[in-house]
Amino acid sequence: MAERSFAKEVEKLRLGAGEEFSGEGILAITKALLQCGVGYVGGYQGAPISHLMDVLADAQDILGELGVHFEASASEATATAMLAASVHYPIRGAATFKSTVGTNVASDALANLASGGVTGGALIIVGEDYGEGSSIMQERSHAFAMKSQVWLLDPRPNLPSIVKAVEDGFELSEISNTPVMLQVRIRCCHVHGHFIAKDNKRPPMTVADALDAPRRDTGRIVLPPASFLHEKEKVQKRWPAAVDFIRNNKINEFFGSDHGSVGVVMQGGMYNAVIRALQRLGLADIYGDTDVPLYVLNAVYPLIDDEFLSFCEGKQAVLVVEEGQPNYIEQAFASMLHKAGRGARLVGKEYLPMAGEYTGQIMLDGIGSFLRAEAPHLLPGEVRAPNKVGDGVDTADLINVVPGRPPGFCIGCPERPIFAATKLVEQELGKHHIASDIGCHLFSIMPPFELGATTMGYGLGPASASAFNSPEAKRRSISFVGDGGFWHNGLTSSIGNAVFNKNDGVIVIVDNFYSAATGGQDILSSRAGNKTKSTKHPITEAVKGMGVKWLRHVDRTYDVGKMQDTLREALTTEEKGPKVIVASSECMLNRQRREKPLIDKAIKGGERVVKPKFGVDEDICTGDHACMRLSGCPSLSVKSLDDPLRDDPVASIDQNCVGCGNCGEVADAAVLCPSFYRADVVHNPGRWDRFVETARRAAIGLLQRRRESRRLTFADA
Amino acid sequence: MLDAIPPLRARRGAADDERVIKLAVLAVGGQGGGVLADWITDVAERNGYVAQSTSVAGVAQRTGATIYYIEMARHTGRLPVFALSPAQGDVDILIAAELMEAGRAIIRGFVTPERTTLIASSHRIAAVSEKIEPGDGRASSSKVHATAEAASKRFIAFDMERIAAENGSMISASLLGALAGSDALPFTRETYEQAIGAGGRGVKASLAAFGAAYDRTRGTPAPAQSAILHNVVEPTPNAGSVSGPEALMQGWQQLSARVVALPEPVRDMALLGLRKVVDYQDIAYGGEYLDRLDKAVALDNVGHAYALSIAAAKHLANALCYDDMIRVADLKTRSTRDRRVRREVGVKPGSILQVTEYFHPRIEEFCGTLPAGLGKYIENRPKLAAFLDRRINHGRRIRTDSLAGFAALWFIGGLRRWRRSLLRHKVEIAHLDRWYALALSYVPRDYALAVEILNCRRLIKGYSDTHVRAQSKFDRVLSALDLVKGRADAADWLRRLREMALKDEKGDMLDGALKTVATLGPDPMG
Repeated sequence: MAERSFAKEVEKLRLGAGEEFSGEGILAITKALLQCGVGYVGGYQGAPISHLMDVLADAQDILGELGVHFEASASEATATAMLAASVHYPIRGAATFKSTVGTNVASDALANLASGGVTGGALIIVGEDYGEGSSIMQERSHAFAMKSQVWLLDPRPNLPSIVKAVEDGFELSEISNTPVMLQVRIRCCHVHGHFIAKDNKRPPMTVADALDAPRRDTGRIVLPPASFLHEKEKVQKRWPAAVDFIRNNKINEFFGSDHGSVGVVMQGGMYNAVIRALQRLGLADIYGDTDVPLYVLNAVYPLIDDEFLSFCEGKQAVLVVEEGQPNYIEQAFASMLHKAGRGARLVGKEYLPMAGEYTGQIMLDGIGSFLRAEAPHLLPGEVRAPNKVGDGVDTADLINVVPGRPPGFCIGCPERPIFAATKLVEQELGKHHIASDIGCHLFSIMPPFELGATTMGYGLGPASASAFNSPEAKRRSISFVGDGGFWHNGLTSSIGNAVFNKNDGVIVIVDNFYSAATGGQDILSSRAGNKTKSTKHPITEAVKGMGVKWLRHVDRTYDVGKMQDTLREALTTEEKGPKVIVASSECMLNRQRREKPLIDKAIKGGERVVKPKFGVDEDICTGDHACMRLSGCPSLSVKSLDDPLRDDPVASIDQNCVGCGNCGEVADAAVLCPSFYRADVVHNPGRWDRFVETARRAAIGLLQRRRESRRLTFADA
Repeated sequence: MLDAIPPLRARRGAADDERVIKLAVLAVGGQGGGVLADWITDVAERNGYVAQSTSVAGVAQRTGATIYYIEMARHTGRLPVFALSPAQGDVDILIAAELMEAGRAIIRGFVTPERTTLIASSHRIAAVSEKIEPGDGRASSSKVHATAEAASKRFIAFDMERIAAENGSMISASLLGALAGSDALPFTRETYEQAIGAGGRGVKASLAAFGAAYDRTRGTPAPAQSAILHNVVEPTPNAGSVSGPEALMQGWQQLSARVVALPEPVRDMALLGLRKVVDYQDIAYGGEYLDRLDKAVALDNVGHAYALSIAAAKHLANALCYDDMIRVADLKTRSTRDRRVRREVGVKPGSILQVTEYFHPRIEEFCGTLPAGLGKYIENRPKLAAFLDRRINHGRRIRTDSLAGFAALWFIGGLRRWRRSLLRHKVEIAHLDRWYALALSYVPRDYALAVEILNCRRLIKGYSDTHVRAQSKFDRVLSALDLVKGRADAADWLRRLREMALKDEKGDMLDGALKTVATLGPDPMG
């Protein structure tokens, strides 16, 4: 079950024609899919489209009513391969994942799909994880579209435009027999807005219909000689069909004046930012009305030569606003101008940075300097020659004060004790080469743990340590892989590879029962029951099945001592071959979400409930913060004491502590200090509880009073 | 060729209904920034505005810094084009759910003096980098406050986290209250309350927190200083009462009288030190404390503002109250401790509290708690010590709510009576006397250096391995004495070395600084 529930919001998917839909971008996309009569949907979670998968998962009843098949695919490759259902059958299908990491994984299927082409509309919705808040390498999906010849839509970031792009995408795909990628940027996925809904459409042909009447066509299968024909078909038939569709249906938009000496061309996704820059330059109003000619590419691939050339007609200079690099669009336009022998000057990365996100300031600076250089007469006087520069507040000092705040493990995270144990083992045995993977566990590379040297891709942690396998080595490598990565790719690429190549390293599989980093979606080894999926398949069984002989299962990661012993054993055992440790404990974020309402209800209902929380005795804590160097828990922090005798702040645990146990375990395993205590509060104690409590309190009180009557007591000491 | 574009309409400073209000929320992941953004959007729509909110979800929500952004404009029938992210110098209202996030907003250029209302909760959530320093690694709040005052059009700051907690709600509610109270948006209080009500969950508590923050924003025009009080409370002599049996009270009166006889600037610290030492051991120990302190006072004078004596009063007390098993057991079995835990955990009447303590004694602690002769005997026989360590050295979890667990600790705490004869005491006192004598020996030559030697006591803290490392840092810092003594800036160097030693766990920065000290040429001043 995912971290965020859309159970309430999915009701909006039932809205009929003429009703106003109000909600997030991803929900709007889902609604658009249903309005288009999609027959099946698949995908793999990952920001920024995780919620799209969650919405679909929560909408299964509605999908079922319409005869739409939904799958939480095993990987992006699976999701894209699923689109094979649209190759022979006129069924619309959609796949969704995070880009570019997901597109990398999907590439094999994508290339095959694009070669043979499609009959039914095939739409791939990629969540572009680029710029602020991104967790991945900064690359462009555009390159994938170009290399496999898949059309790429990049609509203006508002709900009506995105919804229209979904509709256009399916039609474009069908008319040109080509899969279409619809790119939505991170903020666009989470934008809150409105659009007027249409009725949902039952797919004219469902997957069940297709199974009843199978079809095949050797000409669509990627094998010579068909594959040679596909290549020609791509440029001779499919490309012109796409260009015609985009031109005839006015997929790209023109705004502003019909003529002028300068113009701006942009990706659709950049439109709002361009308008904002023009607003700030005094050249547009809040509705986007402007006199500057704008050419908005809602389809960024293929480009429409004559559309662009006519836009350039009579212009001295045209600015291309294209985020990311390489600047494929700018290069293509430059080539068009050159070949057509036109004189308009094309600029882009001269005014805007080659790399990096186009933020508001960058856009303002870039477009501003373009206009100042090419069309100064357009600009109001105060913009052309501003009276003052800068805001006069010196923030240089502040930069040294404000600490960085990278993401880290949550309160009570079961992965924290795994890395605390690893750090302790390294204190004993020395530093090791550690290979990390994608997932929450990658936060181990940050302080306070600072463990892990590389990350090479989802499920590829152990694979990325495969070179470190030498008979001369005195130390073993350690690699991590999460349960999400394990099922995505790790089982074969990492575990299978290690077994086959007799890798001698240590592999830790971090099993927290969910694909946690992407929002807590269920996976094969999830321990919760799932109405529509098959769960509870233990990782240990899969690893054994792969041929691993040395396997240990730590079924409570909070047992730091056991974790430490197991790691030490794995690193020092005489046994050869991969040493696999499966470290399991439930993701605390999900566990709390599941358990907290139940516990609160039980307490209210008068049931006996024991609730743990940790605390620190502030007079025993010496303020050395050794515990924090093995934790980094948001709940464990520092506080100053009202005591002039004490210089350094002491440890303190706040009210958000969930009593996971890491503090006590680490204090014990690392022999830190006796300041920590665990306080278990017994709510609604039974009669026996109360009897024992009364007797104990009486006896303890007696001892306390005896001692305290013989010494001085300082009221605030 | 002449440009054909007609002259532009005046578009800047357009009518009010052509204005976009831009609001950004900077929060720490997990603070409920999304809830706040939803409320604000709802309030705007209730007031006939079109609003658009966006956020960057993803891994940043896992305790990292996050940002939510909202734009709104009066609904005129046409949809405005809203931007999806805040731009530098173009934000009307900035809400920071934590003080350093306000600082981050200023650094990122989202706060401008001409237009930005900056609403910040002044509480701190320490970043990991601030917590892991062995010393005090926390960022300076006052710096952020000062810059925020200058950088914003209006700066509203108070502890909104506390207001939320006091009302059983989350900070999103008190932030919304501050926003409503600031009048930065042209919306009435009622519409905010309706938005909270429509949320459906925890409405009552949210409304209470909202109201409290609303009133606070209205009532206090410039609450800038409230939060920067870094809990530095000046000690008032005789604060807190002392009670106990008559005989002991007499002894206490005599000791207090000795404190009163000290030079005025030394008294506060000496009294605090005395209380700590007597509380730790007994009246006689307090006497020993004052005897030692007197030595520093005798060498001191008003010209130096008694800096030496004050440092001695502070660090002698800390050194005399070393952290041994007896002290830990004593502190954990006091009735005051029981009350404090109940208060901190929030045990309601009718519930039962169970407390588990985590101990991990080693042979070192065991020997330290033996009579000096016996402890030394074992320590001198490594095989015997290792044999015993195998039996002693493992974690023990003791339930101090149970009679057996409590009694065991109570018994260890009772060993206090014999503490002076135990091995640990001998070791600690010898160490203390060496350090103290060393410091005092420098007074005639270099007063400031003597004070810094005393201050080095701050380095000694922690238990077991941490304590060993701390001792080693202390020794390493003092090892530089031979290199710096005689220099005019000797005290400065020692202070710098101490500060370096508190920067990281192993003392790598300290080692680097020591290398620098080793290369110091002859003192140009000296």
